[in-house]
Amino acid sequence: MTNVSNPETEGETIRRILAGEKHLFHALIRPCERAIYFLLFSLLRNEAEAEDAAQETAIKVYRKLHLFRGDSQFRTWVLSIARNEGLGRLRKSETRREDSLDALVDGEAGDFTPAILTSWREVPAETLERQELGKLLRDAIDGLPENYRNVVLLRDIEEMDVRETAIVLGITEGAVKVRLHRARALLQRNLAPKLKGFAPKGRNLFGWTR
Amino acid sequence: MRIDCKHVWQYISAYIDGDVDAALRAEIDKHLETCEICSAVLDSTRNVVVLVADDRVFELPAGFGNRLHARLDRELALSESP
Ligand SMILES: [Zn+2]
Repeated sequence: MTNVSNPETEGETIRRILAGEKHLFHALIRPCERAIYFLLFSLLRNEAEAEDAAQETAIKVYRKLHLFRGDSQFRTWVLSIARNEGLGRLRKSETRREDSLDALVDGEAGDFTPAILTSWREVPAETLERQELGKLLRDAIDGLPENYRNVVLLRDIEEMDVRETAIVLGITEGAVKVRLHRARALLQRNLAPKLKGFAPKGRNLFGWTR
Repeated sequence: MRIDCKHVWQYISAYIDGDVDAALRAEIDKHLETCEICSAVLDSTRNVVVLVADDRVFELPAGFGNRLHARLDRELALSESP
């Protein structure tokens, strides 16, 4: 199975699909699947619904493929379609959790005092099982207001850049940065005390040494 | 002017992303050299950022890809070229 993610290969693949090699669409969409699903899960908060919406999104991307102009990255365009699919479902269902009310508007200062732990690096490691760690992280992210959760998802989980994230979410790059800052501060405050001792040890496991 | 801890916290996220100018970065670095609290805040925030990026934290439901591509196959079979 080949994945296409470099823009030139992508453009060529799209051209060939439009010219009739329909089966190439599988490889075109594959690198975007994860981000599609998790963006929708972040909006819809339900696995089955997110999966159905992800399938619907992939079909819409296929049907609209001739409309893709290449002025943004393909993935950005796909995720905008996914987000619209998710928002459409939320509007219909009216089951939307009003959790975005918990988020501050971008101008407000708010209290983003971090968790203070002077001993992050010195605390002996209490072994956190991988599964346990995963659950802690998922719960912390699930607990964020939606506006922040989406930004964390795209920036820190799917590792999209600020510009792409702003396009997908329909907000300014400044708003992406503000929300990301707050989201990370909330995650740090929630997680740092629980993750004490899970700091990188020995080898440079996490890419940073100080 | 010496910057204080609250000032550093405001820029933690931008600092991690390399999105602060050289002068501010130098000031923050200088502060971090002597402030254990801010060093720990920075380290723990970085670790959180790194940990959430781990693919194993967020896994697709089992069989997700198979079901998606099976549905796409049906769609592709029915459709004209897009
Ligand atoms: Zn300090």
